[in-house]
Amino acid sequence: MTTVTTMTQWLRDPAPRSRLQARAGQLWLGWLRLRRNRLTVIGLSIVLLLLLVAAFAPWIAPHNPLAQDLSQRLLPPLSPGHLMGTDEFGRDIFSRIVFGSRITLYIVTLVALTAPLFGLIVGTVAGYFGGIVDQVLMRITDIFLAFPRLILALALVAVLGPGIENAVLAIALTAWPPYARVARAETLTVRSSDYIAAARLQGAGGARIVWGHVMPMCVPSVIIRVTLDMAGVILTAAGLGFLGLGVQPPLPEWGQMISAGRKFLFDQWWVATMPGLAIATVSLGFNLLGDGLRDVLDPRSSGK
Amino acid sequence: MTTPPDPVSIRPRLWPRLRGVAGVLVALAATLLGLLLVTFVIGRVVPIDPVLAVIGERATQAQYEAARLSLGLDRPVWEQFAIYVRDALTGDLGTSIRTRTPVADDIRRFFPATLELATLATIIGVILGIPAGVLAATKPGSLLDQAVRLIGLIGYSLPVFWLGLMGLLLFYGILGWVGGPGRLSSGYEMMFEFDVPRVTGMILIDTALAGQWAIFRNALSHIILPAGVLGYYSMAYISRMTRSFMMNELSQEYITTARVKGMPEWRVVWVHALRNVQVPLITVIVLSYATLLEGSVLTETVFAWPGLGLYITTALFSADMPAVLGGTVVVGMVFVGLNMFSDILYRIVDPRAR
Amino acid sequence: MLLDSTLRNRGAALAAALMLGTSPVALGAATPDDTLVIAAKIDDIVSIDPAEAFEFNGIDLLNNLYDTLVELDPERPGELVPGLAESWDVSEDGLTFTFTMREGVTFASGNPVRAEDAAFSLQRVIKLNRTPSFILTQFGFTPDNVDDLIVADGNTLRMTIDRPLAPSFVYNCLTALVAAIVDKETVMANEVDGDMGYEWMKANSAGTGAYVLQSYRPSESYLLEAREGHWRGDANLRRVFLRHIPEPSTQRLMLEAGDIDIARDLTPVDVEGMAGNDDVVITDDVGGYIAYIAINGQHETLAHPAVLDAMRWLIDYEGMANSFLKGQQMVHQHFLPRGYLGALEETPYSLDVERAQEILAEAGIETPINATLSVRNSQDRMEMAQSIQNTFAQAGINIELSVGAGAEVLGEYRARQHEITLQAWGPDYPDPHTNASTFAMNPDNSPDAGLTGILAWRNAWDPEDLHEMAEAAVMERDTDARRAMYEEIQRRHRDDSPFIAMFQSIDQTGMRANVQGFHTGGAIDNATYWLATK
Repeated sequence: MTTVTTMTQWLRDPAPRSRLQARAGQLWLGWLRLRRNRLTVIGLSIVLLLLLVAAFAPWIAPHNPLAQDLSQRLLPPLSPGHLMGTDEFGRDIFSRIVFGSRITLYIVTLVALTAPLFGLIVGTVAGYFGGIVDQVLMRITDIFLAFPRLILALALVAVLGPGIENAVLAIALTAWPPYARVARAETLTVRSSDYIAAARLQGAGGARIVWGHVMPMCVPSVIIRVTLDMAGVILTAAGLGFLGLGVQPPLPEWGQMISAGRKFLFDQWWVATMPGLAIATVSLGFNLLGDGLRDVLDPRSSGK
Repeated sequence: MTTPPDPVSIRPRLWPRLRGVAGVLVALAATLLGLLLVTFVIGRVVPIDPVLAVIGERATQAQYEAARLSLGLDRPVWEQFAIYVRDALTGDLGTSIRTRTPVADDIRRFFPATLELATLATIIGVILGIPAGVLAATKPGSLLDQAVRLIGLIGYSLPVFWLGLMGLLLFYGILGWVGGPGRLSSGYEMMFEFDVPRVTGMILIDTALAGQWAIFRNALSHIILPAGVLGYYSMAYISRMTRSFMMNELSQEYITTARVKGMPEWRVVWVHALRNVQVPLITVIVLSYATLLEGSVLTETVFAWPGLGLYITTALFSADMPAVLGGTVVVGMVFVGLNMFSDILYRIVDPRAR
Repeated sequence: MLLDSTLRNRGAALAAALMLGTSPVALGAATPDDTLVIAAKIDDIVSIDPAEAFEFNGIDLLNNLYDTLVELDPERPGELVPGLAESWDVSEDGLTFTFTMREGVTFASGNPVRAEDAAFSLQRVIKLNRTPSFILTQFGFTPDNVDDLIVADGNTLRMTIDRPLAPSFVYNCLTALVAAIVDKETVMANEVDGDMGYEWMKANSAGTGAYVLQSYRPSESYLLEAREGHWRGDANLRRVFLRHIPEPSTQRLMLEAGDIDIARDLTPVDVEGMAGNDDVVITDDVGGYIAYIAINGQHETLAHPAVLDAMRWLIDYEGMANSFLKGQQMVHQHFLPRGYLGALEETPYSLDVERAQEILAEAGIETPINATLSVRNSQDRMEMAQSIQNTFAQAGINIELSVGAGAEVLGEYRARQHEITLQAWGPDYPDPHTNASTFAMNPDNSPDAGLTGILAWRNAWDPEDLHEMAEAAVMERDTDARRAMYEEIQRRHRDDSPFIAMFQSIDQTGMRANVQGFHTGGAIDNATYWLATK
């Protein structure tokens, strides 16, 4: 109890004694603001739940997600032993959704690591160096922006062949241009600031300044976008799965489960609806969290 | 399906430093050429052989070669590309390998369907989204705000194909409130075929022009559900952005001043604040419109809607590159064009813009 | 408040419908009385020119626009009846066929049908040399000799072939729509650069059929208009309107709502779901497609006879046919579909994992074996593939699925680059040779031969004496002897080839209860619209 109180006091200290304390204090304040919004907390809980479910999938799932049993097919929800019913091969839908969370998390994580990073590099380089570099990079960004997104992803998957890694790559390649734009815009605003000039005077090279001084400035806005984009990523992955080009069966990818279940939609509604609800819940979670983060981190909307 | 790019990131100077019509045109041409090149390269590396898609199982090697030759696929890639660009400049987008009809004709057939759907969806999105966003912004944190936010975010989170099929089941299958899949019921489809001159290719407009109100009503009953589904997504996006812009605007000093001066609250919000966010708002709407104009493959599949997204996707799977290229060029042009349009509007509406 | 409670009731109705699986209530959006409205997935149609069309949906359309010299009776599948030829005859040596044209038949243009038109139509196919021309070139025609070998002589057409084939085989081939008779005058009037009307025929018809093509919009719809003075008697319904509806669930909703009269791509689930609906009738016809897996002979382990044998025992034929393929596929383990001369209905193989393990152990095959199964990304194929993956694994054959677009999987198959591939084969004409010539014949197995149209070649499999047996069967004039020959070929093929035939397709067609006289054509014929009434 006392440690908690001391901790809180340390965090709330209006005159922080170290950089660490200042940062931690800021985070703490952010957390307090975040916590105030109930919807954001719900979003955070959903995302945490996803993490937990993915981590403990083998202990949570009552059945092997791949085990077929044609005599047990299309059982409705709440059948004995099958909380969410079974699919056309008699596989337990609940277990498949639990294991599917790993695939979703895997896709989301990989895309969240690659696309923003790539966009960040392109955007900051374009913004910092300007001139012809800017022109060329932004033209390329425009080309990818003007491309129909799902179609570009489809084309890339068609080129690379279906599969989880390729789906990730395809989604990442369609997702980076907006990050490049955000990063470039931010870079333009910090490029001429004093501390950059100071770094340049100290003899830092262009690459070093971009990497060490410009990029960190762009990170917060990128993080907000990432969170908001995650729902889109999940839905795009599901769309690819729906068209048969995402993660390959028998792996329990949610979009592909919906796709396989859609022919049962009117009679055995649960086959497609359960993964549909899973997708909706998780993307809602990411959206709520992203929305909340924006309110907290984005100075423009945090003002009363 | 896909989230439209954040407008804030796109709005600032789509054509930096390139002022004047000439510069804009050069950039436009460069973008389109790049778009074509990327599509072309993709087409060449897609492991689907377009010849196979049209000759069928029993074709002999000799027939295969003959078909390949007649499609011009024996030439070097760069030459194919050069020929394509040359023809495209004269408005000839080539002949679809799969449907055997000129791509330009196909697009004239499929694009109006998408245009009609996207336009109506955007109208729905604007009519519902802006008031919802404004109301939410006036009372942040209130129940209303939370509700708008939740409804919007749910719209963001639902897989469109699931929502579409469920909507069909409920409103068409069970309640019978709306027309079914496709743009018209069968009987009306034939009436449209025989009795209505094609002007725009958009059924609602063509029938209105011809005074064929029965067909018009039928078309409306068919489009309302897919437009409603897409409009929901559009509404989710627009309301969220409106809220964000309005929150920002309402915290400005001039608003406080206006309030202090005793201006009625509705006037403060709906006239003064809203007027000042119209610029970014237009960008948001245009962007969401552009995204819809790409054609939503999934919605079009579910609603048997003969639109551009479905056209490009089907073409892609049979490696029908002339069709894919043509479709992509049109979508790209629309996207770029709409962006320019919003840029121009931006200048007109907001004198502060450079 | 009133509105509110209505909504609540309807919500409850929805919930009930969802929970209990009751079918949605049908609506009264009727189709026009004089029009047959059909929903089908038709984006596979590449051509509607008889010289080029090969896809089932395109052939169904052509069947109603054109007629052939010899025809199949739509109401008694398999029976040959006179078409545009009133009678026919074959010479003693079996090489020369003479067809006497029916008098008084006209094309839709009003032009009379002459032997000259018939000769032109067949010559055109050979000269244009598109995919389906093989049906006629197997008689020895080439673009150079066809003008001499197919000759119009007054009211008769004389056709000379290169070897004494079974006459029934020749007649069967002539019922295929590739041998449809087109209106020479009309087609040639629309010729561009010596293309024999090829360009024009992409969007027009010039036949004697009961219907005339009014409009054709690829991947969207086609509209047929009945003509007056059709030689069989006029069609019952004035128009046929076919709409491209890709989703089966959507077709079902439209059928129940009465927006369409016929739905052609229903899934078993939809059929089951409509069981209680009196407004809808389901007809089952055996289809012509054989679903099979094939193993590439170049793959040493997989093509080992013991491994092939084990695989035959590792497929849950019954399990699949009784569950997710129910009503859509029936177990069928030979390459000739039911309905064809010599078709066999016995099913000696079934799922027996232990037996497969024994076979592998006896032959000293080491497991696990890893292999890739190529499959196209359609729902029913993916389901079959997953079941095969599951049962193969039980005997240590680990399958990885490689899913691709149809043309992609086909391209790999034609290039002999697959390991195992899941495919379906549809016959091209109503004679057993259509499948025997591709499953059991391979004139040259060398990689350079490039016989990409032949399934045995694609799997690098040399059928050895089966090839000669099949060649002898197509020359056999006695029908019973011919049947026995095909039966023997099939049994040996079933046990000793790298092909494992699994299922024959079933076509389930959903129709409004008032529709009568619509025939799908089953395994050997094509759809006929002109007899339909409603």
